[in-house]
Amino acid sequence: MSFLALVQDTITKDNVMGTPHDGGNFVTELLAKIRPEWLPEWMFILTAVGIAVGFIVAMVSVIAMWSVWMERKVSGHIQCRYGPMYAGGWHGWAQTLADGVKLLLKEDMIPKGADRALFWLAPAIVLAGIFGALAAMPLSYDWYFARMDLGVFTILALGSTTTIGVVMAGWASNSKWSLYGAMREAAQVVAYEIPLGVSLLCPLMTLGTFSLLDASREQATLFGWDCGMGWAVFTNPFNMAAFVIFWIAALAETKRAPFDLPEAESELVAGFLTEYSGIRWSFFFMEEYAAMFLMSVVGAVFFFGGFETPLTALMRAADLEGGVLYNLVCFGTLVLKAFAGVFLMMWLRWTLPRVRIDQVMTMGYKYLTPLALLCVLLTAVWEYVRYLVVG
Amino acid sequence: MTDLKQQHTPSIQPSSEEERILPSGEREFFFDVSTSDLEINMGPQHPATHGVMRVLLRTDGELVTGAQPHLGYLHRCAEKIGENVEWLQYLPYTDRYDYLSAMNNNLGYSLAVESLMPELEIPRRATLIRTICAELNRIASALIAYGTYGLDIGAFTPFFYAFREREWIQALFEKICGARLTYSFIRIGGVFNDAPPGWLKEVGMFCDVFEEKWREYYDLLVENHLFVMRTKDIGIISEEMAYDFGLTGPMLRGSGVDFDLRRDMPYMDYKEIWDAGVYQIPLGRGEKGTTGDCWDRFYVRVQEMMESIKIVRYCLEVIEAGPVIGDVPKVIKVPPGEGYVGIENPRGELGHYVHSDGGKIAVRCRVRAPSFVNLAVLEDLMPGTLLADSVAIIGSTDIVVGETDR
Repeated sequence: MSFLALVQDTITKDNVMGTPHDGGNFVTELLAKIRPEWLPEWMFILTAVGIAVGFIVAMVSVIAMWSVWMERKVSGHIQCRYGPMYAGGWHGWAQTLADGVKLLLKEDMIPKGADRALFWLAPAIVLAGIFGALAAMPLSYDWYFARMDLGVFTILALGSTTTIGVVMAGWASNSKWSLYGAMREAAQVVAYEIPLGVSLLCPLMTLGTFSLLDASREQATLFGWDCGMGWAVFTNPFNMAAFVIFWIAALAETKRAPFDLPEAESELVAGFLTEYSGIRWSFFFMEEYAAMFLMSVVGAVFFFGGFETPLTALMRAADLEGGVLYNLVCFGTLVLKAFAGVFLMMWLRWTLPRVRIDQVMTMGYKYLTPLALLCVLLTAVWEYVRYLVVG
Repeated sequence: MTDLKQQHTPSIQPSSEEERILPSGEREFFFDVSTSDLEINMGPQHPATHGVMRVLLRTDGELVTGAQPHLGYLHRCAEKIGENVEWLQYLPYTDRYDYLSAMNNNLGYSLAVESLMPELEIPRRATLIRTICAELNRIASALIAYGTYGLDIGAFTPFFYAFREREWIQALFEKICGARLTYSFIRIGGVFNDAPPGWLKEVGMFCDVFEEKWREYYDLLVENHLFVMRTKDIGIISEEMAYDFGLTGPMLRGSGVDFDLRRDMPYMDYKEIWDAGVYQIPLGRGEKGTTGDCWDRFYVRVQEMMESIKIVRYCLEVIEAGPVIGDVPKVIKVPPGEGYVGIENPRGELGHYVHSDGGKIAVRCRVRAPSFVNLAVLEDLMPGTLLADSVAIIGSTDIVVGETDR
């Protein structure tokens, strides 16, 4: 099978790592309606891919921009300040835009002695990883780029590739501080990948699916009643413990305080970011905020009901399922839940001191991993008992 | 102590089975892999060095195996200037060595000069205003130490909370002397001018508010579990070590040594205040870990803020109207002689040695700077710790580089 055919197969039949489904994603569906007869197949595919990629890039930019503004406001209000207040008028909403323009116009500096190719490549790899992971995120029940049966694996796998970029950045900078940051990142991610993945197994067992769409749909019913509140944390108490573990590991994965050791500005100047400036530097930040958002999405989908709230259940009862409004509500619900998680991350960052590298490792290997495994065991027992009782 | 000179030539460790003893006492074996320690400059431009200090670190992974502080990046010949300008003209220079506690520096210099002028009488009100200003500045300085130590550990928010109250102290100083950082307010013979109307009342208000806020500081950082985890049992200074290095101030009291110049070598009216039972001297007792660890030093600093508040309150009670400066001529001529006065600065004993031949200018002016003396201990504390710990240790010494270099 040629590469193009493979791409075509992937997009049209939508069989990414799973059984083929009928229908494609909403981009191809929309395009198929307006596609003229004379347009060749490959052009159609390329257009669909281009639109999807453009959409994700735009989404990452908007998420990063909004998150940066939010971070500045949250930190400001936590610290008895206002944060940005002037740019754009209303509470400095355009501050990030102004910053973005400034960063774009800055001199593109590559330090002497740096490995130019790797230095150039590192932000690209970091961004590519997170773009790929975001593609697996469904926007709503009917709007998604790829219906993946193993969506959560895709997100975890592609999300971890950003580490390669970070290590690359640390090495290429030819600075000792950067190298420290990179090594810390590598050690930290290796230590926390395990509890992250293992703690996610708990809701996966409860919901019985790896797909983000199915996981969300699964959480609509509580004891057979379609009220939109059958969230994994409510149906199984061990999922709550698993969520705490997941959240700590997610903080470590996304390099957020109290696990911001790769950056650790008071210890390592700025860690792997030390030699970066301008738009390349901002790429790393886009990645960080997008990763925060993505981790929150995963948390929201697998622990807190995904698209499901009583509102969506009501809309289903009113027979609005499948409509544009319904999908918009689903999308808004997920984004709200995700940003609640992002807010929690920011709150933690501006409250807690940083932990030390040996404490990070101790926590990851000695406490979180065994606890996560214990959670899996207990969840399994609970699910089995529930199966015996409820059937 | 590790000799850092030898590794200026890049060295490759022997590849045979050799044993090396780390400063922490651990033994490390080298097998076929040849590795060498990484030499890394922390500073002069590094956020953790609190100014322009350079620490040459030798690291083995995250482990620091050697550390050597390098000074002199902020040297401004303050002492030499003291031998070239008139007595009063030198006063603004004293502001600049420990710019976080300029009032105390003014006080130390003034007391040293006054010790050579026995007939000069300092009015009671001047003494009390001096005490109030010195103690308020001690609080302001401790707030900075509190906030920046939080930054070193990685907590940002306490810094802003500390600045909120420090801002008020600076506003108070601005009202009394017009300056916010370099005051030159306490001068030979008394203070520059009387407190403006309502100033003493506002100081009382500040004390009331600060007592509430202090509780916040305490909960936010001192008892914070993550913070305690980071600071306990590292950078331990034993009592003997503290004596050996000549440590003073919170560095000494953190190791459990009950020594405070305000009580043990009283100057101004501190003896009276101590006898009135107004304040205690907080000591490190190893509540969270070992006596003399970073947490103890930090704890002492935070507790001292409250003691200073008590002293300020006492002074506000007993202060009466009266002159604020003694009979000092425009051009001061100091009788011949030598004088040394050490005062309890926020960072330890600030001593001024002045030598006069009866003229308008000092023959010799020498400063015993607490930051400089306290800094020496770094070389012994840092080896054997982790990189993050070494930052915590530098922070816990609470040095001001302006003072180490002068």
